Amino acid sequence: MQITTPNFKENAARALDDAPLQKALKNVEIGFIAKRLAAADALPEFEALRDNARDIKNLTLAHLDLYLEEYEKKVVASGGHVHFAETAQDARAIILDICRKRNAKTVTKGKSMITEEIELNDFLARNGIEPVETDLGEYIIQLRGETPSHIIAPAVHLNKDQVEADFRRVHTHLPPERDLSEHEALLNEARQVLRQRYFEAYVGITGANFLIAETGSSVIVTNEGNGDLTQTLGKCHVVVASLEKLVPTLNDCAQILRLLARSATGQDMSVYTTFSTGPKRTEDPDGPEEYHVVLLDNGRTSMLGTEFQEMLRCIRCGACMNHCPVYHAVGGHAYGAVYPGPMGAVLTPSLSGIEVAGHLPNASTFCGRCESVCPMRIPLPKMMRHWREREFEKHLQPSAARYGLKFWAFFAKRPKLYRAAVSLAMPLLSAFGGSKRRISSLPLAGGWTKHRELPAPEGKTFLQAWAEKQAKESGR
Amino acid sequence: MSARDNILGRVRRSLGVSGDDALRRAAVANRLSEATPGLIPARGQLPREERIALFGKYASKYGATIARVAAIEDLPQEVVRYLKSRNLPASIRMGNDPLLQAAGFEREPVLSVLQGASDGTDLAGVSHARGAVAESGTLVLASGPDNPVTINFLPEHHIVAVRADDVGGSLEEAFAGIAATYGKGEMPRTVNFVTGPSRSGDIEQKIIMGAHGPRALHIVIIG
Repeated sequence: MQITTPNFKENAARALDDAPLQKALKNVEIGFIAKRLAAADALPEFEALRDNARDIKNLTLAHLDLYLEEYEKKVVASGGHVHFAETAQDARAIILDICRKRNAKTVTKGKSMITEEIELNDFLARNGIEPVETDLGEYIIQLRGETPSHIIAPAVHLNKDQVEADFRRVHTHLPPERDLSEHEALLNEARQVLRQRYFEAYVGITGANFLIAETGSSVIVTNEGNGDLTQTLGKCHVVVASLEKLVPTLNDCAQILRLLARSATGQDMSVYTTFSTGPKRTEDPDGPEEYHVVLLDNGRTSMLGTEFQEMLRCIRCGACMNHCPVYHAVGGHAYGAVYPGPMGAVLTPSLSGIEVAGHLPNASTFCGRCESVCPMRIPLPKMMRHWREREFEKHLQPSAARYGLKFWAFFAKRPKLYRAAVSLAMPLLSAFGGSKRRISSLPLAGGWTKHRELPAPEGKTFLQAWAEKQAKESGR
Repeated sequence: MSARDNILGRVRRSLGVSGDDALRRAAVANRLSEATPGLIPARGQLPREERIALFGKYASKYGATIARVAAIEDLPQEVVRYLKSRNLPASIRMGNDPLLQAAGFEREPVLSVLQGASDGTDLAGVSHARGAVAESGTLVLASGPDNPVTINFLPEHHIVAVRADDVGGSLEEAFAGIAATYGKGEMPRTVNFVTGPSRSGDIEQKIIMGAHGPRALHIVIIG
């Protein structure tokens, strides 16, 4: 996709003024948060499972080379093929080659963020192969020529009437007078249109939520069943997955599965959790004749051994963005990259460079909700701070921010001066607050006060209160 | 150098480790051979009848309907009753599963039974689940000639028989059962863990049943 991350500020301003988007984004706040909380509360072991899941992934990453070797052995032993891809370009070439050998005219696709990352659809289309997205949300955005705005709910930025308009525009073979006013009718129409496509496709492409070293299995977790039809009805099943999807054993997978659906949609388990191992067996009446796994690096190996290694624990549940006030305000497209929200703010600079993605780790209030709900206990705010430091070291921030910090540092390094300045500034700011005790415009800080109000300082400064407390205690 | 060698080399360099380190190799080999279960929630470790009740509770929560019959010979009658109650034609698709073959569907003369994989035209399919997971109301279905995968996804109505004795507590029990049948570290081509009928929340986060898979899931507990 076209990375528009450098335009984050413009993207965000546009998103804030986009009334249909703002309406759709309310569904994120209303839908996901309460469901996750209820599911987590209903399982007393939830917090302990988070610890286990973190430890399992840490252990896997520390031995990633060896688990990759074991996994590869098992896939080959079950009759499958493993392809290592260093870059997105390599992965695309491998997949195209598989499709060409099968003479595929169309490929069906289960929902996969990795294929978004490698921009597979455009590439296949340019090479004369039609990619057909079969997940309802992915299908809708494919019709619109858009990218997903959320990693598990790709069309969360849209409202029902927009989907209806798209279906009427594209499904011209259906009677124009049909009733599409209800959600059910839209879903049924997509089901009918897509059903035939599964049978036509020679190759079915899915992602993977997990790869299991013990058995050589790939795992997809879905609610619709489209991923299963994609991989069962095609002659050839291609799995595209990044290296860090690996877990050692089925039992390790079970620990993390208990967190995934609960953190994502608030379900105890998603409707379909499917383990696929090799191609169909000789006596099997259905299933794919070939099974390929494309293992993608694309920058992951250079995150190992750095302060960003912990990001490789991410299981793409979407909880961080579901709970993020910045995501709630601007939606996923404003981030201008494949992965939005807090996990994207950490991952995108790793994949595309901090020079391009510098705005993203700054698009955070550091409220800490993302870390508090992350099932894998990834310290997202800490890693955003690491990126801010790197950005500062590389002199990538605007000069106003650097001078502002220098100005502040001048005072901060001189405590007496700092206290004097603060004791002058605070009453002044307090006076700005008026009777509402909110500051809605401030000289030199228009960028801050344009979209939000600053609470006026109340009472004493911290240092004054601290000094008084100390004096009181020593006087006792 | 192949892409594989480059990637493995980069992993080792970044981690500052060697692929020849015997201690690391032993750690990985142990983890894979022992495959120790982790934390199993208390609700996944209940005695038999409570376990079956919990399985039913969660399967219903996720939109499945449940019936319980005394023996496998009662399955055909229950299938006919279900089809009638949903105004469906008396026709089912199923595989060669020995338990289903032993049910005696031929005793229901009105019922036509189609054998083998589904081609997408069947309204109702019948499968035998090799197990179930009580903690989440989940069925465990293994692919093969006995239970073709297409039957799990293409028919509008999926009727699944599971023996009461096979309803386990946890995911770990289900994996142990698969290892007992196929061998440690071995799997059939496809194992489907199914929790309720197909659904989508992709339009305005409103959950609608019957996305691409079955619109309805009917579970018949045997015994």
